Amino acid sequence: MASLSGSYVKPKAPALTRFFASTPVCIVIYVVVVGFIISSAHNGSKAMGYNWQWYRVPKYFYTFTDDGFQWGEIAIGLVKTAELSLLAFLLALILGLVIALLRLSDLIVGRAISVVFLEIVRNTPLLVLLYLFYYVLGPIFDLDRYVASILCLGVYHGAMISEILRAGINAVPTGQWDGAKSIGMSTAQMYRYIVLPQSIRFMLPPLTGEAVNMIKSSAIVSVIAVAELTTIGRNIISDTYMSFEIWFTIAVVYLIVTLILSIGISYVERHFAVTE
Amino acid sequence: MSTDTTMIEATNLDKYYGKFQALKNINLSVDQGERVVICGPSGSGKSTLIRCINGLENHNAGKLVVDGIEVFEGSKDIRRLRQEVGMVFQQFNLFPHLSVLENLTIGPIRVRKKSKTEAEANARKYLERVHIPEQADKFPSQLSGGQQQRVAIARSLCMETRIMLFDEPTSALDPEMINEVLEVMVDLAESGGMTMVCVTHEMGFARRVADTMVFMDEGEIIESSPPEHFFTNPETERCQAFLKQILVH
Ligand SMILES: Nc1ncnc2c1ncn2[C@@H]1O[C@H](COP(=O)(O)OP(=O)(O)O)[C@@H](O)[C@H]1O
Ligand SMILES: [Mg+2]
Repeated sequence: MASLSGSYVKPKAPALTRFFASTPVCIVIYVVVVGFIISSAHNGSKAMGYNWQWYRVPKYFYTFTDDGFQWGEIAIGLVKTAELSLLAFLLALILGLVIALLRLSDLIVGRAISVVFLEIVRNTPLLVLLYLFYYVLGPIFDLDRYVASILCLGVYHGAMISEILRAGINAVPTGQWDGAKSIGMSTAQMYRYIVLPQSIRFMLPPLTGEAVNMIKSSAIVSVIAVAELTTIGRNIISDTYMSFEIWFTIAVVYLIVTLILSIGISYVERHFAVTE
Repeated sequence: MSTDTTMIEATNLDKYYGKFQALKNINLSVDQGERVVICGPSGSGKSTLIRCINGLENHNAGKLVVDGIEVFEGSKDIRRLRQEVGMVFQQFNLFPHLSVLENLTIGPIRVRKKSKTEAEANARKYLERVHIPEQADKFPSQLSGGQQQRVAIARSLCMETRIMLFDEPTSALDPEMINEVLEVMVDLAESGGMTMVCVTHEMGFARRVADTMVFMDEGEIIESSPPEHFFTNPETERCQAFLKQILVH
């Protein structure tokens, strides 16, 4: 029922949902869960008689010796992960846009190509796709492991991104197309000046999620020994046997990177929200 | 009948949405400078007809020639046609991410390839014409419905087309804003030269400016006559009933 004042009253979520969604309760739950994980790891390692050696970890970030300052292996691996993810993400964006535009086009062939591409990529496990790129396409097209990794990640996430872009484009009301057509714009002009600028704010939140996914799934290229963060972690452990310390550290590094990314983009989002 | 001065010539137009026939054997001829008002009950195909005229919808059978350009699905000339036919929509369809001035200049700059200075000077002239020169730097969401629709009219004017289509331009407006938009439209109509096809139920406006009244029902043109005749002596019962209903209310 519409209220007489004409102001829209947001329907309230059930009390229980609201209780669990409130910030203080979330923080408490988070602390309890993290505490549980850490304490069970601690107890487990004690039962195994694990010898903690945290003091040996920092040197994998950087060292400061007579030779001067030097980045450690983890820092170098992190840069490699960032580089790999960034290149793969750019490829995924371009590929995603092409696939989305084909899907939305009037061309029957274009739509067919994009649907087949999407179905194949979405129904293939990332690991299988990686093997395909490295062991099958690699020798044929002479791709080294690094290039094969970028192509694989780009194609895999390109499929996801094309769906994000398509949904964002479809979220722009049809009246905008009518308005743009009525002043004689070409399809390219409509996308460039009218539709894409308006769909960016629909696309940014899921694109952030996809960028975070990209960084996380880049770890998979460690199976073909590309020297990124996870591979480095494995190598250090095989040298030092500090599996607990190193895996915790690597996990925290991933967490920090993805958190910084999410927070950074939420600022950008706010910028797009006001210039409406 | 087609003459040198015919701007819009529709012959035996049919239009289907799937199996549903939205336009049935439409014949309509509009002369240069002629002002046609189309009315009829909701769902009678008024929007469909007017949207066919600038190729926003494609007709399935019959022939449609607008400003000497034949309109058909996949025509290469469709953009050239749209540059000669302005359109004002019920829901305004302004570009919300652009300022009023940018809404008015994006067509002239990107489509007509005019310089920014020239396009802006022109835009300000037309904002003056629709009585809102002071709103140039605002965004559409900051304007009232009546102001938004006047911006939409100015956007069409900026393209300097010879034909203007209006699809129920005042139906989405609060009553107190209808007049400010109608005034602008009367001014356009009376300044002459422009061919206008206007779907509206504003019969006061129709009486004042229309050269020809067209009544549509169930996808057909039922009547087409000069307003003197149309309002005093409607020939069909359907039209009489419609007018009675709309004029009482
Ligand atoms: N895109 C569409 N798809 C299917 N049916 C449509 C579509 N647009 C309009 N129609 C139908 O065509 C008929 C005429 O619609 P319309 O031209 O919008 O009528 P009016 O403008 O006179 O109210 C209506 O019955 C409507 O439901
Ligand atoms: Mg309509």
